[in-house]
Amino acid sequence: MVNTEPLSEYKIMELLAQIPDPDIPVVSIVELGIVRDVQVDDASKVTVTITPTYSGCPAMSVFKEDIRETLLKNGAKEVDIKISFTPAWTTDWLSESTRYKMRKHGIAPPETNSSDPVALFSSGKQKIKCPHCSKTDTNLTSQFGSTPCKAIWFCNSCNQPFEYFKCY
Amino acid sequence: MKTKEAIYTYCLRIADSNLILGQRLAEWCSRGPILEEDLAMTNISLDLFGQAETLYEYAASIKGNNATADSLAFLRVEREYCNRLIVEQPNGDFAFTMVRELLFSSFQKNLYEALYKSNDEMFKGFAGKAVKEAKYHLRHSSEWVIRLGQGTEESHRRTQWAIDELWRYTADMFEMNEVDEELISMGIAPDLKEIQKLWIKSVMSVTAEAGLTIPETPHVIKGGNDGIHTEHLGHILCELQYLQRAHPGASW
Repeated sequence: MVNTEPLSEYKIMELLAQIPDPDIPVVSIVELGIVRDVQVDDASKVTVTITPTYSGCPAMSVFKEDIRETLLKNGAKEVDIKISFTPAWTTDWLSESTRYKMRKHGIAPPETNSSDPVALFSSGKQKIKCPHCSKTDTNLTSQFGSTPCKAIWFCNSCNQPFEYFKCY
Repeated sequence: MKTKEAIYTYCLRIADSNLILGQRLAEWCSRGPILEEDLAMTNISLDLFGQAETLYEYAASIKGNNATADSLAFLRVEREYCNRLIVEQPNGDFAFTMVRELLFSSFQKNLYEALYKSNDEMFKGFAGKAVKEAKYHLRHSSEWVIRLGQGTEESHRRTQWAIDELWRYTADMFEMNEVDEELISMGIAPDLKEIQKLWIKSVMSVTAEAGLTIPETPHVIKGGNDGIHTEHLGHILCELQYLQRAHPGASW
């Protein structure tokens, strides 16, 4: 189908909101907060500004390819992707509905505000709520997990391991 | 010295240190004492490579002449590397690696906190992100050093030995030259003497809890800023740069 409607910034955001995070497919790159700005000129040249999550997150290159491909398929003549470092990405940008989706997907969302001094270090006294059974009798298994953004926890109530999206 | 030139060198110092330490930690891949620690060390490695890439790209943009992050990482020789000497030291056992992590990540954390106040927007943005990663690495290594220091007689002995061995390379992290003078005067980089005071405090809070002692080491080894390395860097570069040297321009 040829899309003749000119691309608006609103339409672009709608398109970007359909691109899933490769590691957490229930969450889109817009919900994740990595899309910081979108601009389009009269010649349908689109500039998307994104911010990295973790310095070495391999998903970043996938994000870029997906953004380019989606926009070119939907009427953009040219796509320029800029990387911005300020303000630094934080999990504080995750909305309640995004956190809800993560929990449904079996990933415990960050529980504190990133400015909390213990935010990054959920080890110790803080207990993370199990996304499967919602109990808090849980323990940290490993500070590092399958992706840079997650730690591994274990729930003693339902005897299941689960991933915790680190507060960052 | 011109400011741009100083920023270029400063980027290389941090990026080289991160690249070499990342390479060292990646050597643990499939050899970790437990699966979780195997993952931890390679995750830390990934953070360090990401940080290095950001600063190599910044350095390449200053250098021009078709320089890229890859050309800086893969096509410079040993004497052109200005990483801190501590990061090139071999992994040793797990205690040795954790002590090196503690000493270096507490340096990084304090350095990045200071760079977050830099007048250079790029350094500021970089540090705002990287400091969170450094803090996480510091917490990880601190917990292990405490656990090993308070653990068995054997784990305590090995951890103390690692501190005694590595301490001679710590002064090198705070060495300054005309690059620092220029950047300090422009409000771009911090005075490393100040960072050293913060560093020793954070290291000693961990070693005290772990029951470990800081050695009196009159013998100090320096040279990272001038590209004068220990024997180990050349061997790391052989492995790290092999592909680009054997097949120039190879990509995937």
